[in-house]
Amino acid sequence: MEARIPTRMGDGFMVEMTRSELRADIQVASEEAARRARVPPLTADEQAHLLDIYASPAAFTAVDIGDQVVLSCDGGGSKMTGTDIQDLLESEQRLGQDILELWHIEYSYKAIKTILPFQQQVMQNAQLMLTAPIQYGAQPNLAFYSKPDGPASNWFELLPKGDIAGARAAIDEAMEHATQDMVYVTGGMIEAGADGVDFDTTGGAGDGDFLSTLRAVKHVREKYPEAGIELGMAGELVIGVHGELEWEGRRLAGLWPREQLEVCQDAGVTLFGPAVNIRTSKSCAWNIAYSLTVIKPCMEVARIPVHPNVGEGVCGVPVNGYPPEDAASRAAKALVDILRCDGL
Amino acid sequence: MDVTHALAAGMGGMRTAGDLVARMQMSRGMRLKEAKDYVAGKLGCTVRDLSDSYAMEQIRGEKGLGRILDHSNLHPGEPNAMMAKFRIAELLGIRINSVDKFRDLAGL
Repeated sequence: MEARIPTRMGDGFMVEMTRSELRADIQVASEEAARRARVPPLTADEQAHLLDIYASPAAFTAVDIGDQVVLSCDGGGSKMTGTDIQDLLESEQRLGQDILELWHIEYSYKAIKTILPFQQQVMQNAQLMLTAPIQYGAQPNLAFYSKPDGPASNWFELLPKGDIAGARAAIDEAMEHATQDMVYVTGGMIEAGADGVDFDTTGGAGDGDFLSTLRAVKHVREKYPEAGIELGMAGELVIGVHGELEWEGRRLAGLWPREQLEVCQDAGVTLFGPAVNIRTSKSCAWNIAYSLTVIKPCMEVARIPVHPNVGEGVCGVPVNGYPPEDAASRAAKALVDILRCDGL
Repeated sequence: MDVTHALAAGMGGMRTAGDLVARMQMSRGMRLKEAKDYVAGKLGCTVRDLSDSYAMEQIRGEKGLGRILDHSNLHPGEPNAMMAKFRIAELLGIRINSVDKFRDLAGL
């Protein structure tokens, strides 16, 4: 009888699977990802290496010596150490983070706009005390610009009524506000000394969310040529909530990671973070094979560093408040070994 | 989770040369290999040294690039934080935003 190996489901639950079952999950996931994203599946060698990583009973795994990559972060730290600066110092001095991020618990550019001077002062003070680069991060969150939270009509109410034109007009209005807020906050933080800015979970409200962010990126890049600009995606596919939005003639709805990267690097992004959402009912082996397959084409066209997202619930890391380290470390190793990505 | 990723795949930040390689990715958009080659060239070390905390602790100390401080490993009189960033900007040949701001605001 084939030995059963402890492994994880996408929600973090521990199960036991045989090597043959893991191999089958990897193969099926890669083929499904290839069919959906219209990209090649992982090669036989890549699938075999992935199987070796996931068929190990080790409690932890890691990349080979010398293969380490740059770690950026969205958020980061713990918010439990008293102040933002203490939190950043701990991340630098104790966790050994490569890129640090100052952030606020109201993690939206719309909300940060109202407390920008407070955040600027923290950034200025932090820059005096830290050596590692510090970026400022928040999310575009386009939906916050619709009623009742914002000024635009609520397109998620208009769409079910069949008012397509009204919904699109509302998204257009919201995008104007969102881009203005992102330009205002990121410019303010760079003026306060930030090494870069992070547009986190971009596209979470669909193609309008993505386009409003790309417009902000272009503005920041033109004004601050040497600033770091990280753009992390919300999911593997840009949802066409508007459906007709384009970036320089390219329709944004339906873009997969490779095409997302192409528009991002054209807009002026410095670090691109693809995200592939976890399927909780599938094994982590299935999820990482799916993620690798849809992200791999990025690496062939990338002119900028690619840092796949490995937070909770993306790219093979279980969706769990405390992602088990056996699963998170396997995802990190698989992404580095197979993609040869530039960071995480 | 931050710790997991740092141990599984991270360069190590200030413990190594992770922050220096990161600065080349952020300011120049360099891919990882290019950024590592660039930093290793500036430091006069091998690429593998960049993520070796033993090697980099000594190199950072020699070049005044800032080191991790704790109660058994303190370096008073040695550059750290903003002072180290002045040296990092010069070594890597890049502009560091906070260094420029400090210089302007201090009237240097």
